[in-house]
Amino acid sequence: MNEITITHILFVSTALFFIGMYGLFTRRNMITMLMAVELILNSVNINFVAFNKYQYPGKLDGVFFTIFLITIAAAEAAVAIAIIINLYRSHNSIDVEDASELKY
Amino acid sequence: MSHYSYIALIPLLPLASFLILGLFGRKYFKTFSGTIGTGSLLASAILSLYTAYQYFFIDGKVNGVFQKIIALKYTWLQFSPNVSIDMGIILDPISVMMIVVVTFVSLMVHLFSLGYMKGEERFATYYAFLSLFTFSMLGLVLSSNIFQIYMFWELVGVSSFLLIGYYFEKPSAVAAAKKAFIVTRFADLGFLIGILILAFYSGTLDFGVLIERLTATQSSQYISITSASFLGPSMLTWGLTLVFIGGAGKSAMFPLHIWLPDAMEGPTPVSALIHAATMVVAGVYLVARLFPVFSIDVTALQIVTYVGAFSALLAAVIACTQTDIKRVLAYSTMSQIGYMMFALGVSKYGGENGLGYMASMFHLFTHAFFKSLLFLGAGAVIHLVHSNEMKDMGGLRKLMPITHITFLIACLAIAGIPPFSGFFSKEEILLAAYQSNLLVYGLAVFTSGLTAFYMFRLYYSIFWSREALVHDTHHGEGTFSMKLPLIVLAACALVAGFVPIASLVTSDGAALETHIDIKFSALPVILAILGIALATFLYKTKSDRASNVAEGFGGLYKAAYKKFYIDEIYLFITKKIIFNLIGRPAAWIDKNIVDGFMNLLATTTGKISELIKGFQSGKVQNYALYFFGGILGLAVLFIYFWN
Repeated sequence: MNEITITHILFVSTALFFIGMYGLFTRRNMITMLMAVELILNSVNINFVAFNKYQYPGKLDGVFFTIFLITIAAAEAAVAIAIIINLYRSHNSIDVEDASELKY
Repeated sequence: MSHYSYIALIPLLPLASFLILGLFGRKYFKTFSGTIGTGSLLASAILSLYTAYQYFFIDGKVNGVFQKIIALKYTWLQFSPNVSIDMGIILDPISVMMIVVVTFVSLMVHLFSLGYMKGEERFATYYAFLSLFTFSMLGLVLSSNIFQIYMFWELVGVSSFLLIGYYFEKPSAVAAAKKAFIVTRFADLGFLIGILILAFYSGTLDFGVLIERLTATQSSQYISITSASFLGPSMLTWGLTLVFIGGAGKSAMFPLHIWLPDAMEGPTPVSALIHAATMVVAGVYLVARLFPVFSIDVTALQIVTYVGAFSALLAAVIACTQTDIKRVLAYSTMSQIGYMMFALGVSKYGGENGLGYMASMFHLFTHAFFKSLLFLGAGAVIHLVHSNEMKDMGGLRKLMPITHITFLIACLAIAGIPPFSGFFSKEEILLAAYQSNLLVYGLAVFTSGLTAFYMFRLYYSIFWSREALVHDTHHGEGTFSMKLPLIVLAACALVAGFVPIASLVTSDGAALETHIDIKFSALPVILAILGIALATFLYKTKSDRASNVAEGFGGLYKAAYKKFYIDEIYLFITKKIIFNLIGRPAAWIDKNIVDGFMNLLATTTGKISELIKGFQSGKVQNYALYFFGGILGLAVLFIYFWN
């Protein structure tokens, strides 16, 4: 059995990033979009952890950054959900297509 | 600073009254705004009389020559160490004489207006404008700087505009106000260019320094201005001629006189003040102020002479045919100012040769009294009959005895019958003309006969001619405040000729000997008497003799009645030539090229923004896509193209 190299992990994280990107651009439902953003963030987290483990095994900087990012993601989710609730109250929908008054 | 600094009060008092009446008059001083205006002017008049006494009899004279005194001087705008616009007060014989004339006539007009304008809706505004005018005129005559005189010159123009257009409900008054303003403003363009030429070559704006530099034939400024030339004449001639054009505009000299008869649309006391005694002589005053410079330039002086003489004759001929009494007076004013102009033109600087200068100032002095008296008398008549036309008058001598007598005195004065004031001043002018230019002398003598004729035509048409039509004398001759100025001015018209102007106001400040030569005076006086006799024969009683004579003249009478079609020529030039050849192409260029360029810019910008505004869709995901695209682009740039 082959050892798991950094390339494998980077492949997974890249896949995750583009899945998130795809979700962000194709879905119109804001909750789904938020989930897509979480996927992107998590792909970054995986990168951090992977690089930490393979490049600098004696250090913990990457892990700290990951924890930091998870915290921020939580805060971001809270803010995003607040926005979504407000949007729902004013537009009766959480579809981004319905909230396009900001154009020109 | 000298002890003359109180003179600043003379113009400032009317200014204060203008501000008070202009700002608060209509609300708070509706009934006694006239008292405020008249009161402040009374103070000014007393101060100027005191100044005249102080200057002429106490300390103006040094070694028998009147000095120029700079009573006040503040530097207002400093352009360079040598060139500045100052606000100053100059005292010399002509300015002292002028402040006396202006404040005195203005005071009389203020008094007269108390009765004449009574019950007007905008009574306070009227007095505010009168005060503004008096302030500007006093500022003009006291100016020590050529630019200061220009500013007051324009202020005078504005206040004249406001007063002519006082009855702004009347379209004719509005048109007259505009006409006066545009014509004089057009002339002032010449004045401004003239100022710039003189100031450029002399390197100063101050009257004293300017005159000193341009009259000293060795000075570098004199050499540069006389050696530079443009289209033939030297720059000195150009500068002086352009300054004279400004003066001719204000003084209603041919061909810029067309505004003066129309300006009679204003209230009659205003005509007495502005269009008889003060503003219209500003041009004469300007030439007199710069006279030392004028006197060294023969060409400019000849222009002054011939324009003056021709205007005097032309206006006198037109005055013989007009039927609106104020227009007759307007043309007679123009004619008399023509006298003052050519008197300056035939004069030389200094000593016995300066007779014309003295005569001009003397005539200005006496003319101010009898002409404002004539206008005020006409005002009283108009007040009674409510019309300007001669056909509505006649036989008024019994209804208004005081007006009748004073008007007669003024007519005799302007006709030049001894011992009334006009005789003395006109005599000096004729003598000055006789000594230097016989053609001008001939014109002047002929004009003086005409003057007597048309003045008495006016007199008989108003006061004799037939039985009075008006019997409604509910206000009679008017209030005491209307009669008093008439009497005072009549007294002045009687005695002003005996004021020894010759020893006070001369070109170089030294006293001049004058004497009346009976042999010389005989001709003009006889002509004047003939003119009066002719007018008596034609107009004293109602008859068709006058119309027969008019028919005898045929085309000439008609042309004079139509003012020699000068207005029509102006209209033709402006409407047909200037509007079509300059106005229309300019409008076309403005509409199509200038505006077109601007419109092109606007539409191009609009189209571009139309194109790119699609990017701003309002959809969050689009924005995210652009953002992602941007990042991708940057990533490609940094990875592959950035070393």
